[in-house]
Amino acid sequence: MNTSGLNEAAQKAAALCEKSRACVNDFKAWVQLDSRNLSDGQQLAVKYFIVAVILFFAQILFGLLAATQFIFPGFLYEILDFSVNRMIHINAMIVWMLYGFIGCVYWFLEEESGTEIVGLKLGNIAFWVLTAAVTLVVLVYLLVQIGPGKDSSLWFINEGREYIEAPRWADIGIVVVMLIFFYNVVATFSKGKWSGIAGVLTLDLVALAGLYTAGMFYMTNITHEQYWWWWVIHLWVEATWEVLVGVIMAWSLMKLLGVRRKIVQTWLYIEVALMFGSGILGLGHHYFWIGTPEYWLTIGGFFSALEPIPLVAMVVHAVYDSGSHALKSGNHPALAWIIAQAFGNFFGAGVWGFMHTLPQINLYTHGTQWSASHGHLAFFGAYATINIAFFYLAIQHWRGDVWMGGGSQNAWRWKWALGLLNGGVLGMTIALLIAGYEQSFIERAVEGSTWGGYFTAQNHPSFQSAMIWRLFFGGMTFAGFILLVWDLLTIGKGETRKAPEIIES
Amino acid sequence: MNETPLWASESFWKKTAIWVTAGSFLILVVLTMDSLSKTSAGSKRVPAYSVINKKIDYQYDKELHKFMPVIGETELLFGKEYSEEEARQLVDLGKKTTQAKNCMNCHTLLGNGAYYAPDLTKAWLDKGWISKEMREDMMVKFLMDPENNARTYGSNRKMPNLKITEQEAKGVIAFLKWMSSIDTNGFPYNFKTINAEE
Repeated sequence: MNTSGLNEAAQKAAALCEKSRACVNDFKAWVQLDSRNLSDGQQLAVKYFIVAVILFFAQILFGLLAATQFIFPGFLYEILDFSVNRMIHINAMIVWMLYGFIGCVYWFLEEESGTEIVGLKLGNIAFWVLTAAVTLVVLVYLLVQIGPGKDSSLWFINEGREYIEAPRWADIGIVVVMLIFFYNVVATFSKGKWSGIAGVLTLDLVALAGLYTAGMFYMTNITHEQYWWWWVIHLWVEATWEVLVGVIMAWSLMKLLGVRRKIVQTWLYIEVALMFGSGILGLGHHYFWIGTPEYWLTIGGFFSALEPIPLVAMVVHAVYDSGSHALKSGNHPALAWIIAQAFGNFFGAGVWGFMHTLPQINLYTHGTQWSASHGHLAFFGAYATINIAFFYLAIQHWRGDVWMGGGSQNAWRWKWALGLLNGGVLGMTIALLIAGYEQSFIERAVEGSTWGGYFTAQNHPSFQSAMIWRLFFGGMTFAGFILLVWDLLTIGKGETRKAPEIIES
Repeated sequence: MNETPLWASESFWKKTAIWVTAGSFLILVVLTMDSLSKTSAGSKRVPAYSVINKKIDYQYDKELHKFMPVIGETELLFGKEYSEEEARQLVDLGKKTTQAKNCMNCHTLLGNGAYYAPDLTKAWLDKGWISKEMREDMMVKFLMDPENNARTYGSNRKMPNLKITEQEAKGVIAFLKWMSSIDTNGFPYNFKTINAEE
């Protein structure tokens, strides 16, 4: 290439840069958000929230592609196969929820500790490193997809283990970023003041980061490999994540309703005792059929059957506090999503989990759409909802603490977004449950899990129609997501009334 | 009268939370050590990799009231007798291949994974391979070129071509044969193997 060609290319690139900058500026002018309303920690938090929303979009998009393939198996065959779409669907979910949680913690860290974040610069660097790594991992998933049966594939392409498919190099990166996050939390509380919430949060983050390392080893023995894999997956989503949500919920209830700290913290300790008391040994319900000894049938069955109890406690807690404060809050969407969390967590994780957790039924439901049904309602109900509630808290503050209570303009948007998202996920859950029932009876109980039995169940009309309904409700979820994003960008715009200062009562 | 009773106090629940968590975790660590030792390759529940040299079946045990793997006489894989180390290497190649090809995001292994394609726990014993004489050859061909050897059972769902080499395919088959010998507490229930008489 000669110099004039280079110059031309440089000019084009500059023009493109200029154009995109103008676009960003137009967008900024349109949303009218004033970052001066945010503290440094909150500015870092909203970065995490923005990436979380983008990944939430990716989760739904790739979920829709995978759901379409159940109905039209030739769709994107050998271009973006089901395995790729499904992997990105569940990975985007895990990562957006983690981004959301980290954002929530950075959001309240300064207020809770009463001081500025100690390693703000480090926190910002960690954010960009993590985001670059996530982008690279997703590009490799999309463009390279698979590799030969060698260690290098597991290190650089994909580890091929559901939920923690990220290649090993990214695992190490994730641990480093989590350590930076952990350092920021501990150092900031140490410099400022500790509280019950701070203590539970710190111990929970130790467990959360430590557990991840249990999933970073390759093993030939699949029984051992799945044993440790469940340490990560189960002890994350059914123990440490639940406690993290308890922490976020506790802080939100003080913020939204002015619930007394003493009450919130006592509840938090009760929840931790019940959550870890049932959840840690409840891990055993994943050890029924992977080759591990029979005693797990008893231990896993018993303790996992107790897992719904803390979730009932959380419902009581949220509903009682809302009622005793007569739902008086200057942020109705956030409060509505908190209530959705309490019920979603209870039904999705609690009831749907309990339905198939005893080994006597799990023998037939294990590895069917029954698990997918539970997964959809539980992840959404327990974790998506609390993050969305926090997005509303954040946007309110970002707008300068404007009124978002009763009588707000365009309140239909958040109400419809709430209805479509919850209705969509619930619809998918029911459709998948019907498919799961059908699979358990026909494939498992009658046909004995052979390949022939599997396909007999997959070809059954009730399974096929369930897949169509699932796609329909997936579309409804997507519509809810679009409305949610529109609402988050516009809510409170032009609102002049201020939200009342919430004081502990 | 306004004093908070002990059972409702913050400090009581704080201590309870700490003790319950620590106690549960301790029990989990002890059980983990026990479980890992009882499931190492070569144990009663998880046979040594050289089990690929043997005939494997899966039958209902009337006394235990559940299906159990049955390990029988010599039945060589690809006509070769593997030493323990050779068998380990072949199963290892197969296991690594199943991870590098992302099998788990369509199939389930030991019932864990995705639900777009059949469970692989007892795939080695499946009647879908028609007869024991044809099985090895059919499996290799299927893994290397699934599109032209498609087994869709009327579902139109086809496995994509994952560029599996012949050696990798043999590794995967060895891995599947070994996995079918693991004692999975009777999962899957009511499975009729390729050995069973109609």
